[in-house]
Amino acid sequence: MNMEGLPMADIETFRQETRSWLEANAPESLRDYGTANLDSYTWGGRNAKFATPDHKVWMDVMAEKQWTAPTWPVEYGGGGLDKQEAKVLAEEIGRLGLPAAVDGFGFTMIGPVLLQFGNEEQKKTHLRRICRGEIRWCQGYSEPGAGSDLASVQTKAVREGEEFVINGQKVWTSYADHSDWIFALVRSNPDVKNQEGITFILIDMATPGVSVSPIPLISGKSPFCETHFEDVRVPVGNVIHKIDAGWTVAKALLGHERTMIAQVFGGGGGNKQGRGTLVEMASKYLGEEDGKLADPIFRHDVAQSEMDAAKFRYAAQRMNDQARAGHQPGAESSMFKVLGTENNMRRSELEVRLAGPQGLGWEGPGFEPEELDRTRAWLRTRGNSIEGGTTEIQLNILAKHVLGLPD
Amino acid sequence: MNLSLTDEQQLIAETASDFLTEKSPIARFRALRDSGDEVGYSKALWKEMAELGWAGIPFDEKNGGADMGMAELITVLEAAGACLAPEPFISSILLGGQALSLAGSDEQKKTWLDPMIEGSTCLALAAQETGSRYNLAHVSTQAERDGDTYKITGEKIQVIDGHAADHIVVSVRTSGGESDEAGISLFVVAADAAGLTRTRQHRVDHRSAALLQLDGVSVDASARLGEEGAGLEILRQVTDLATVGLCAEMLGGMNQAFQSALGHLKEREQFGVKIGTFQALKHRAARVFMDIELCRSSVMAAARALDEGDDNAAQLVSLAKATCSDAYVHAANESVQFFGGVGVTDEYDVGFYMKRARVCELTFGDAAFHRDRWASLRNY
Repeated sequence: MNMEGLPMADIETFRQETRSWLEANAPESLRDYGTANLDSYTWGGRNAKFATPDHKVWMDVMAEKQWTAPTWPVEYGGGGLDKQEAKVLAEEIGRLGLPAAVDGFGFTMIGPVLLQFGNEEQKKTHLRRICRGEIRWCQGYSEPGAGSDLASVQTKAVREGEEFVINGQKVWTSYADHSDWIFALVRSNPDVKNQEGITFILIDMATPGVSVSPIPLISGKSPFCETHFEDVRVPVGNVIHKIDAGWTVAKALLGHERTMIAQVFGGGGGNKQGRGTLVEMASKYLGEEDGKLADPIFRHDVAQSEMDAAKFRYAAQRMNDQARAGHQPGAESSMFKVLGTENNMRRSELEVRLAGPQGLGWEGPGFEPEELDRTRAWLRTRGNSIEGGTTEIQLNILAKHVLGLPD
Repeated sequence: MNLSLTDEQQLIAETASDFLTEKSPIARFRALRDSGDEVGYSKALWKEMAELGWAGIPFDEKNGGADMGMAELITVLEAAGACLAPEPFISSILLGGQALSLAGSDEQKKTWLDPMIEGSTCLALAAQETGSRYNLAHVSTQAERDGDTYKITGEKIQVIDGHAADHIVVSVRTSGGESDEAGISLFVVAADAAGLTRTRQHRVDHRSAALLQLDGVSVDASARLGEEGAGLEILRQVTDLATVGLCAEMLGGMNQAFQSALGHLKEREQFGVKIGTFQALKHRAARVFMDIELCRSSVMAAARALDEGDDNAAQLVSLAKATCSDAYVHAANESVQFFGGVGVTDEYDVGFYMKRARVCELTFGDAAFHRDRWASLRNY
C-alpha cells in the first residue's frame, strides 16, 4: 500500500489506461506543444476562440471524458479522481507535451469555492458548464476605492423581492471583455462593519446594465478591465453562501488565488545538470571566456536567479510532501505568492538587462520578436507584486497569522 | 527525495531538542566563556551525547555507528545550533570522522573512528593555510617520504576545535606545486606528536580553533588515508558533508535568534503599544520568516541528495550554504535590531547568534563563493 491507500497495481493499471486513452484521443498536432504563451491558451466560453481547430477537438474530448477538472466529483462534471490518479493524469498529459484542454478562473477560483460553499443546484449548474468549457469566468473584487482594503467595497446591492439591484464599478477584472459570468463582492448592508455587510454573488455578464471597458497597461496590453453595473437585476438565488456573509467566501477564494499565482510563477531555473534558458540567453549577449559567462557580475546574477527558483521549488515540494504526510498548510500561500512573484519580477528585469540595448525595443525593426516580447513581459511583471493581494498585504497576513504579531 | 520527516527522524529531532534544551541552555555556553574554560566545551557532555548515538549517526554499524545519514544528523545539528552547543559536532563527526569513514582502511577506522563514535576522543581536520581562503587545493605543507615514514613540515591555521582534538587529519602536499589538484595526501596526526606545536585560537563567536606548527612531524605510512596524492577528492566530499551539517546548525541558530526577537516584539512597549504592532517591523519579521523557510527546505534537500548520491548533490550543497549564509546573517542582524539597544549588550544572548552567524557564513565558503561554485558546476 502507498500513501493514499490505493494498491500500486491499481494505480499502474490506471496509468496504462490513461496513456492508451490519450494516445487514441489527443490530437497529433498538439503533442509536444510545449509551454505555449497565453495567446494560444484555450479559455472556453460562449465566444470561445481556439488557436487551432484541434484545440477545440482536444477540449471537447477531454470534456466528454470528464477530465477537464480531474478531481471534481463526477456528478458535477468532474473526473472523480483522487489526488494520486490526478497526478498520474497530469504526468501522462505532460509526457505527450499536451496543452491544457481548457483553463481559467472557473477551474482555479470559482470552482473550488462553489465546491466548498455552493448549494446543490449552484454546483450542478455552474460546475458542469465550467467542466464543458461553456462558460468563462472573471473576478469582480477590487474597486477604485477598494484595492488592498478589499473589505471596503461599495458596489451596492439593494434587495427588491427575489432580486438584488446592483449599481457600482469594479476594476482590474481580468479578461472581463471575454468573460460570460462574473463572481463579485457587493455591499448588501451598509449599516454594519465593513466585513459584515458583503455578499458574494454570481452575475451573468449578458444581463442588461453590465458594461466593460479594457484598461491599457504600461505593457501596451489590456488584460484587465473596468466593469460597470447600472441597475443590474440578479436573482437572489445567485448568492453563494449567505447574504451578508460574503467575506468568508471572499477570503477562501483569495487563498485559491494566491495558490494559483504562486503556481504560475513557481517554475523556471531548472535543476538539471547543465545550462538553463537564462544561461543560453546570457551567453548570447555577453559571450563566454574559458567556459564562463564573460561578465562576472552578470554571471552571479544569473546564478542567483537560478538559485532563487530552486529554493522556491524545494520549499513548494516540502509543503506538498508535508501535506501528504498529514500536515495542513496554513498561511504559507502568502509566502509563495510573495516569493514567486518577486523571483519572476527579478528574473524578468535581469533578462532585459542581459539583452542590453537590444532590450530597449517597443516595436518595429531592429529587434527580434523575442526581444520585444521580453521587454513587454518585463512591464507586465511589474503588476505581479500588486495583483492578487499586494506583497505588503501578504506580509501582513504572515505577520499576523503565522508569527502572531499583534494588530 | 521526500522533504518531510519520517517518524524516526521526528523522534531523533525531538530527543535532541529535549536533551539539549535541558543540558545545554545558552547559559552554559556563556559560563564556559566567562570562566575561560581551557577546552571551551564539555568533554563529559560530548561523551553523553555519543552515548545517545549522535556521534555515530552517519557511520557503519561495524564501527559502532547507526548506519543512517545526513537526513538524520541534520535534525540533531539543528537542535545544537539553536542552543549554541559548542561541542565538536562538525569537526569530529563530519570533518575528521568522515575523512576516516570515506578514505580509511578497516584498521584505521578501528583505531581512530570507533573511539570518536564512542565519545572517548575528538577529531579535527587541518585543511586551512594562510592564503588558502576556501580553496582546498591550496596546500603548501610538505610531507617528505623516507621509507615507511613521512616527515611533515608546515603550518595549518584555524583548525576548527583543533586545540582540544585527540587526532587531527592533516592535508599535506606529497607532490606538485602549491595549488595543484593532484599531489595532496591526508594523514592522521596525534595531538601529542613530537614536533607538533598547537596554539589555541580564539574566534569572534567565543569558540576555538588551533594554529598547528608542524616541524618535521614523523608519521607512519599506515597513518595515510587513501592513496598518496589523491586526497583532494576526499577533502571535497568531506567538506560538502560538513557544509550541510553546518547549514543545519545555522538553521537552528537563525530560527532561535529570530524566535527570541519575535518574543521581544510581542512584549516590548513603546508609545503605549507593543512594538510588534508597527508595520515597519512586521514586514521585516515576515521577511526573516520566509528566509528561514527557504533555508529549511534547501538544507533538507541537500542532506537527502548527499545520502542518495544524487548527481546534483554538490549543486544542492552550494544552494543550501549560499541560502543559509545570507539568511543567518540577515536574521541575526534583524534580531539585534528588533531588540534595540539591549541587543548590542553582552547581557543579551542575541549577540552570540550574530557572532556565530558571521563565523558560519565565512566557514566552507560564503554566499558569493557558492554562487560562483553553482555556476561552475552548471558549466557557465
